[in-house]
Amino acid sequence: MQNKLSVSTSPHIRHFDTTAGIMLDVIIALLPATIFGCALFGLKAVLLVTVCIATCVAAEAVWNVILKKPQTIGDLSAVVTGLILGINLPTGVPVWVAIIGSIAAIIVVKQMFGGLGHNFVNPAMGARIILMVSFPAFMTTFHEPLVHTVSSATPIALEASKAVSYKNLFFGMHSGSIGETSAFLLLVGGIYLVVRRVISPIIPVCFIGATALFTYAFGGDGIYAILSGGVMLGAIFMATDYVTSPTTNWGKVIYGVACGIITAVIRKFGSLPEGVSYAIILMNILTPHINTITTAKPFGYVKEGKKQ
Amino acid sequence: MKSARSVLRPFKKLRGGIHLDHQKNAENFETVIMPPPEKVFIPMSQHIGAHAAACVKKGDSVYVGTVIGEAAGPVSAPVHSSVSGVVEDIIVRSMGGRDINVAVIASDGEMKPDPGLKKRTVRSAKALTEAATECGLVGLGGAGFPTGVKLSPPKGTVIDTLVINGAECEPYITSDFRELIENAEDVVEGVYLIKKLLNIEKAVIGIESNKPAAIEKIAELVKNHKDADGTVNVMRLPSSYPQGAEKAIIYSATGRKLPGGALPSAVGCIVMNVTSVGTLYRFIKTGMPLVRKRITVDGSAVSEPKNIYVAIGTPIKDVLEFVGGIDETADRIIMGGPMMGAPVLSPESVVEKRNNAILVMKPRKPRKTTNCIRCGRCAAACPMHLYPQKVEAAYNAGLKENLEGLNVNYCMECGSCAYVCPAKRPLTEVMRISKQILRGKK
Repeated sequence: MQNKLSVSTSPHIRHFDTTAGIMLDVIIALLPATIFGCALFGLKAVLLVTVCIATCVAAEAVWNVILKKPQTIGDLSAVVTGLILGINLPTGVPVWVAIIGSIAAIIVVKQMFGGLGHNFVNPAMGARIILMVSFPAFMTTFHEPLVHTVSSATPIALEASKAVSYKNLFFGMHSGSIGETSAFLLLVGGIYLVVRRVISPIIPVCFIGATALFTYAFGGDGIYAILSGGVMLGAIFMATDYVTSPTTNWGKVIYGVACGIITAVIRKFGSLPEGVSYAIILMNILTPHINTITTAKPFGYVKEGKKQ
Repeated sequence: MKSARSVLRPFKKLRGGIHLDHQKNAENFETVIMPPPEKVFIPMSQHIGAHAAACVKKGDSVYVGTVIGEAAGPVSAPVHSSVSGVVEDIIVRSMGGRDINVAVIASDGEMKPDPGLKKRTVRSAKALTEAATECGLVGLGGAGFPTGVKLSPPKGTVIDTLVINGAECEPYITSDFRELIENAEDVVEGVYLIKKLLNIEKAVIGIESNKPAAIEKIAELVKNHKDADGTVNVMRLPSSYPQGAEKAIIYSATGRKLPGGALPSAVGCIVMNVTSVGTLYRFIKTGMPLVRKRITVDGSAVSEPKNIYVAIGTPIKDVLEFVGGIDETADRIIMGGPMMGAPVLSPESVVEKRNNAILVMKPRKPRKTTNCIRCGRCAAACPMHLYPQKVEAAYNAGLKENLEGLNVNYCMECGSCAYVCPAKRPLTEVMRISKQILRGKK
């Protein structure tokens, strides 16, 4: 027994989960799809993902140094942002565009609003949209899998002709952004996150379900819709970002379903082939309001002034 | 497992709450009696309400069970000597920010019981509440509410359920479990007696599922009791924290929600801890008031966890010396469980009536706090359905107005929010301070 006792308030024990641990789980969950994407699209894919991660971490480190803030790169959130942004890019994107995107994600979307936990939209998603708007040509230059150089249309653009089989869609043998092709491996990652209790399955299930349902309702092929494009990646890994999604269960239902509907609507009626990013970002912005309207009353709530 | 059939399942399960590593390391250690220390320091206030008035003076001879402090006022409890010996002095100590008279008694080591102690014949509700008061009994689950007051609810309230709390949801603590095993008869007899005298329709003895031995034993005794008519039952509660909180156990036992700020009598319940019931019954049977407590001594720095009977007023340092095997690096002592227990400022602090565990902990690794990542785990864990994350944001903004409307006053400070927080933010601490800020405003 030491002579001086240390004193702290209760609780005196804590769960072992940490912010960095949660981020690490997300990274682990993304690895299968990332590795598959790199195998599919070759060295350019490896290069883009690496550059995104390195730039994101470096941008956050430099920001903290310049503003004399405590160093926060240890929480791994910048790695997650870099990784998600990287696998959201098609291999037609030049490296310098990836660097601009990464800096935009960390500096503009995340740090300028106060860093981790204070961004109002998902940083990777925000950066992807900045790049989509700024460099539409690069952002839609997809390469044929395994061939690496020939430009190719994504399955989503080929929906009417059903050029890709369900099986190839499910396992990811088609063109697209680096990490979005294999629905199977993304689902594996999602199940890992649910099992590890990092995410609740509500948002992905509602998002994917609503996309399929409303695509059918609009006369499309629902299964094709959820297996192509960024629905799986978006629903499992981006829409579930803690900071920008509702914390209440009913809020998650509203958010997930709304994301799915917006995705289906943009794909069907919009001039863009893909709607996942915009759906998520729109709902990100509405998240505080969803939280407010789904706030539960305390256990045994007594209305103010009604107390006996 | 024939007896298992009479074990009830909970009506309702509180949303929220958390699963903890139970760490009931001491559960199989039969309680050993610690010899009296050289001196005991008995505070005149170990309960909610008015301090007892010291009625002995320097030089007086006292025995085990001699009244040394008389209940002062309607909400108060008497205090008894826990050893035989001589009153050395009445001193004033500052405890928890209040000045409290403390009787210092030098023990003669013989533990002679007061010759005036006699068993009671209790045949009416009035006699029962008087016995509870004379016993010096207070809520032994930790709240320290005088039992005599609890057993006489305001006129006009109808009590139909006696809820006996044997949940013991805090990790490490096994003192209530040992009561259920070692003094099972006292508890069951006590339940039947209280139920009969207060004319309560039914009684539910709630025990968490991580104590199967206690559930089986109590269920057997309840079923085979001479007055058994199916109105007293054991309930197997889920082993989740904070199942033993008053609101949680009432909800499980009856399905009723205790309104914020109300006493259990508002929903027709009286809630008593199992050790309180056992102690009351023993007092009636033997006349020996509450002078010792079963304490679980455990924690990461304790090599041999034990359950021991400690004379009330024994300094913690004497208890730890008796237990032995404390790790040299230990730097924290906690009175109570790891979730809600109070930090001990000095090893000179003493064991009180409402204490049930002393935990000695090794130094912990420093925690790195990050920004809130809004994972929502604090809100999901909160048994009162509050939003600790929003409270912390409002608190950090430094605006009192922002705290209003977040219903902070419903917080029972169970610690679940801070426990689950991956960002390691001091949520429970902020909830506690915020409650005080809002209370101060009114």
